[in-house]
Amino acid sequence: MANIMEIQNVSKIYGPLKALQDVSLSVPPGQWLAIMGPSGSGKTTLMNIIGCLDTPSLGEVILDGVRLSSLKPGELTTIRREAIGLIFQQFHLVSYLTALENVMMAQFYHSLVDEGEAMEALERVGLSDRARHLPRQLSGGEQQRVCIARALINHPKLLLADEPTGNLDEINEKLVMDILHKLRGGGSTIVLVTHAPEVAAHADRVIVLEHGKLAEDRLNERGGDAGPLAAAGLAESEGEVGGAKMAS
Amino acid sequence: MFWKMVTGALRRQKSKRLMVALTVGLGVSLATAMLGVMFDVGDKVNQELKTYGANLTVIPRGASLAGDKYRFEGETEDASAGAEDAENYLPEDELYKIKMIFWAFNVVDFAPFLATRLTVGEGPEAREVVFNGTWFNKTLELPTGDKVTTGVMPLKSWWRLEGEPGSDDHFDGVMVGRNLAAELGLGLGSVFTAKDASGARRSMLTRGIIESGGDEDDEIFGTLAFAQAAAGLPGLAQKVEVSALTTPENDLARRAAADPESLSRLEWDAWYCTAYISSIAYQIEEALPGTRVKPVWRVAESEGAIMQKTQLLIVLLTVLTLLCSALAISNLVTANIMERSVEIGLMKALGASNLAVSLLILAETLLVAFLGGFVGYLAGLGLARFIGISVFGSQVVVKTVVIPLAVLMVLLVTLLGSLPALQAILKLKPTEVLHGR
Ligand SMILES: Nc1ncnc2c1ncn2[C@@H]1O[C@H](COP(=O)(O)OP(=O)(O)OP(=O)(O)O)[C@@H](O)[C@H]1O
Ligand SMILES: [Mg+2]
Repeated sequence: MANIMEIQNVSKIYGPLKALQDVSLSVPPGQWLAIMGPSGSGKTTLMNIIGCLDTPSLGEVILDGVRLSSLKPGELTTIRREAIGLIFQQFHLVSYLTALENVMMAQFYHSLVDEGEAMEALERVGLSDRARHLPRQLSGGEQQRVCIARALINHPKLLLADEPTGNLDEINEKLVMDILHKLRGGGSTIVLVTHAPEVAAHADRVIVLEHGKLAEDRLNERGGDAGPLAAAGLAESEGEVGGAKMAS
Repeated sequence: MFWKMVTGALRRQKSKRLMVALTVGLGVSLATAMLGVMFDVGDKVNQELKTYGANLTVIPRGASLAGDKYRFEGETEDASAGAEDAENYLPEDELYKIKMIFWAFNVVDFAPFLATRLTVGEGPEAREVVFNGTWFNKTLELPTGDKVTTGVMPLKSWWRLEGEPGSDDHFDGVMVGRNLAAELGLGLGSVFTAKDASGARRSMLTRGIIESGGDEDDEIFGTLAFAQAAAGLPGLAQKVEVSALTTPENDLARRAAADPESLSRLEWDAWYCTAYISSIAYQIEEALPGTRVKPVWRVAESEGAIMQKTQLLIVLLTVLTLLCSALAISNLVTANIMERSVEIGLMKALGASNLAVSLLILAETLLVAFLGGFVGYLAGLGLARFIGISVFGSQVVVKTVVIPLAVLMVLLVTLLGSLPALQAILKLKPTEVLHGR
């Protein structure tokens, strides 16, 4: 049971529709997993189940040795708070809080607010000079990086990103991918949903869902030994983060 | 952080928050006014009902209540002859004791009366009129050092007065009944003379003309000192009318009224220490030995009953008002939650418990509600004053009890109004709002 995540025969059934059918999957710690598949194939549904936002109709999910089906809703909330970082396609920042405060909000619901730490998280995504801006004063890419900072602030074991680059242009997509590389280099387990093969190419492993079924599960040749590569790429990405900042 | 989130959220949707504040404010102002009036209404209604006269009459043991009017229908001789008979009169300088009884504060007003006959006109035109001596603005110094001013006018609030009331500083200033004034051709400022029982001529100044709709329209009201001089009864009065705030009678009070000795020690204490009209009467008799105190029952009972009914009505109206406020608030807060469903879903997704989100929403709403409530309270004070003046014709002093009640009302209304919104928070699933499906 060394796997950080163990999915056993999970199905999600909405009346006549089977959004997920008998999906099984094991993810070791530190793996970067990309989920691909056509629209409506159940990617978001699977993410919600992994993220303790939803429960499967059938089957089991074991996160870090904890069997989720045995937990009450309140305990699921606790797992989500303690172990999971969420990144959404639509960013979802609180509009009346500054970038910094949005990050601090995650701290607030997790444990204690620490402005210095929140500032560091923003620094890590290259936004320390945008800390006091409201979301509407930030570009889409910047907003998504605030989201990432917020997802990271409580050091989750598992980072779940549902199409994080879906609304971003190439430059910002690259910025986000660089940050994810950095995180993977730091040992985080990442699950990323994407439509874009070039995004999936960054991952260690790619699975493809079709009609709720696991249709493909392969290790990325390049991704497989990407650990050191990504680490090597960090230095250059730092510079680019800075450059993009000027551009945005 | 919590407060940053609260204040941040409050800065948005200002108009909706304003509506919440307004709703709470309106509810609280009405409730404050009504409760303020209610706590004060005892006094107010009583004062209103004073139009039916005093509710206690103090007479000497030797006289009967009915006697004092008839005495003058031809027994003038007797009355002055009985001057020696102290049993028939009350000593004026003892009357302050009425303000020394256990329920002294409930004694709103009292005034002594001494009636005597005067003859106005000469020869065949001559006619007899009743002159009532009384207090107008008598200031009594109590042994406790307190000073109280009392007089006839508050007891006769239904009188319509033209000119000025009498005054204890104007020995010969009088108020003349409307009919008598018309008959004698007296106007304000007219000076006229009359003969007293001893045949001495006394002149009087018409300060006011009164209209009561009763016998008083044919009589004269002047100072007690004048009446004592005219009747040759210095320092004496025939009766005292007392107006006291009372508690409605109950069984205990009725048994006590029938026979105070029939009560157990405990019952007697309870009766004595309650402002029943019978216990106040009993206490005045204790204070003024040799007197009989007669309650004017009909009026006293209706006072209590009307007061209770009015208070019930006010409580009902207050509750209804608050319910309406709660309903309006529930609409506003629920709409607010719906509008912010993504934000709330996000908080939940980030690991906020239902309790944490609910507290945030409650804190926001309560903050606004208390602001509105505060303004509403101030407005309510004004409204109470307005109601007091326009309905009861007197100042309403809102008691401080109303403040904690107002706070409680804001809390209750807000919590009640927020219930549907809290329900919506519980039901809200992050997955349903976060993925823009
Ligand atoms: N709450 C729900 N009730 C009914 N059907 C649902 C519900 N949630 C999802 N579905 C259905 O389940 C299927 C899978 O949905 P899901 O959101 O997982 O797809 P997806 O792979 O994320 O698609 P996309 O790429 O468009 O985001 C869809 O057909 C969807 O309509
Ligand atoms: Mg999806």
